[in-house]
Amino acid sequence: MELMLEVKSLAFSYGNKPVFENVSFSLKKGEIMCILGPNGAGKSTLIKCIAGILKPAAGSVFIQGKDTASLGVRGIARHIGYVPQQNEVVFPFTVLDFVVMGRAPHLSMFASPGAEDIKLAKESLAMVGISDLAERPVANLSGGQSQMVLIARALVQKPALLLLDEPTSHLDFGNQVLVLETVQKLASLGMSIVMNTHMPDHVFLLGDRAAALSGGRLVAVGKVETVVTSKMMSSVYGVNVAVREIEDMKRKVCLPLRK
Amino acid sequence: MPDYKFNRTTLVYLLPIALLIISLFIGRYQTPLSAVADESVKVFSSLFFGTPTSVSTQHTVLFNVRLPRILAALLVGAALSIAGASFQGIFRNPLVSPYILGVGSGAGFGACLAILLWNNYLMIQLMAFAFGLLAMFIAISMGKVSKGTGTLVFVLSGIIVSSIFTALTSLAKYVADPYDQLPAIVFWLMGSLASVRYGDLLYILLPIFIGTLVLFLFRWRINILSLGDEEAKALGTDVEKTRLVIIVCATLVTSAAVSISGVIGWVGLVVPHISRMIVGPNYSRLLPMSMVIGASFMLVVDDLSRTIVATEIPLGILTALVGAPLFAYLIKKGRMGWN
Repeated sequence: MELMLEVKSLAFSYGNKPVFENVSFSLKKGEIMCILGPNGAGKSTLIKCIAGILKPAAGSVFIQGKDTASLGVRGIARHIGYVPQQNEVVFPFTVLDFVVMGRAPHLSMFASPGAEDIKLAKESLAMVGISDLAERPVANLSGGQSQMVLIARALVQKPALLLLDEPTSHLDFGNQVLVLETVQKLASLGMSIVMNTHMPDHVFLLGDRAAALSGGRLVAVGKVETVVTSKMMSSVYGVNVAVREIEDMKRKVCLPLRK
Repeated sequence: MPDYKFNRTTLVYLLPIALLIISLFIGRYQTPLSAVADESVKVFSSLFFGTPTSVSTQHTVLFNVRLPRILAALLVGAALSIAGASFQGIFRNPLVSPYILGVGSGAGFGACLAILLWNNYLMIQLMAFAFGLLAMFIAISMGKVSKGTGTLVFVLSGIIVSSIFTALTSLAKYVADPYDQLPAIVFWLMGSLASVRYGDLLYILLPIFIGTLVLFLFRWRINILSLGDEEAKALGTDVEKTRLVIIVCATLVTSAAVSISGVIGWVGLVVPHISRMIVGPNYSRLLPMSMVIGASFMLVVDDLSRTIVATEIPLGILTALVGAPLFAYLIKKGRMGWN
């Protein structure tokens, strides 16, 4: 299958303080990669480096065979959609106005979005199931709704790769599942996805590929079963963790052990 | 986004024209409707047919005193408001005014210096304009040199530049001749359009036109910048360059306006808020609406300044006296159009 994303020995540091180094992995079309790791491990930083928001200290990112270093912010944004953890909008744009902003990489500097762009925005609202919110101000949405709006905006970019930075971290139980289902649906439509998560269980729910970032390097990368093991998770998070199979669900779960 | 619905909002765009016509009648010198109509016909016929017109007192009052002043009020109001709205967007802060980067204090000091050195009207304008731009350049280069990034650095640089120029202005006042120069300085700093002539308009028209045009073309991009640097970048916008272009254009427009009117506060701060209440926060609609509301607001305030009492009331005083309570009312109403 077509190789979508290639991350080659990527490194990043804030001043002299290295955050991570030698991070390499690749992703095919329609694959989901979940990145696990403790707080402060650099998961968000890694996502931002791939998105071209932060400049890596070393290494390179290839999207559909093209080096992002030579694509420029505009070129990157045409290939990669970035969904931030949470956004703070100062001005309460309507959901539709907000989602249309995803067209920015496809419009010239002086252009405003036209009818075609608005149509695309409405389509992506429908895709994540929030068409009814179109005229609501983004400031008045619930956590789950805001996350869907952010995903919809990234989809309007028509990206080949979607990056999500802990999309479920502020959501209630039901909304977490809804976001994961949406992610799965997008992958099944052929979009490649890299997603940070703090819940190892989510990786089993999505059941594709995973990587663990800890101590400034990728300590594991591969199929879910090989990454989310009790040994690996215990060492990454520093607490005792058990991974068990739920027989009638044919799915594994990851649970903390009592002391 | 295009919105072709004809509604009450569309009518607001006619407000400046209506106010222009009404303002021609307003003033100490009585001008009945028939006289205005008569003079207008004379002016138009002389424009198109070249018939010589006798210059009556009415003609002088209407077209050489009131009209340039009215046009200046419209221009200055629109300029300060589009600059204020743009700055609020890129600094992601609805409490930002066009003077955020020290443009007001810079222009104020430039004018003071000109009063001290030459006391020549043209030089005052030029120096105010030049020092307004200078203040911006200092603020920007300080922002660039510093290690930090983003808008906060610009805001801090603006505060620094502003206090330096304010101190220099105080120094200028201190050394000024108290009977001749000092009143001129004080009067200029309070803002006035009383002495505006057509020539002044011509001279500020070009910078205001260029700045406004660019801001207008970038209006949808201001939405993107208002999302914050990281998101704007993720949406494929060259944040640093775009922001710089907008800062330079907004400053150009502000400096030009201030150079003929003096430092007039509140307009650039309050008008974008009123406009947000009418058309919402989307800059595609907000920028044109801010210009229209700003032009109208300034004209009404200037009409007040020349009619309330026999002597002129400086504009800066009136914009604050009208603008501040209006702002308080808007806050109380809680419909500010921002979070």
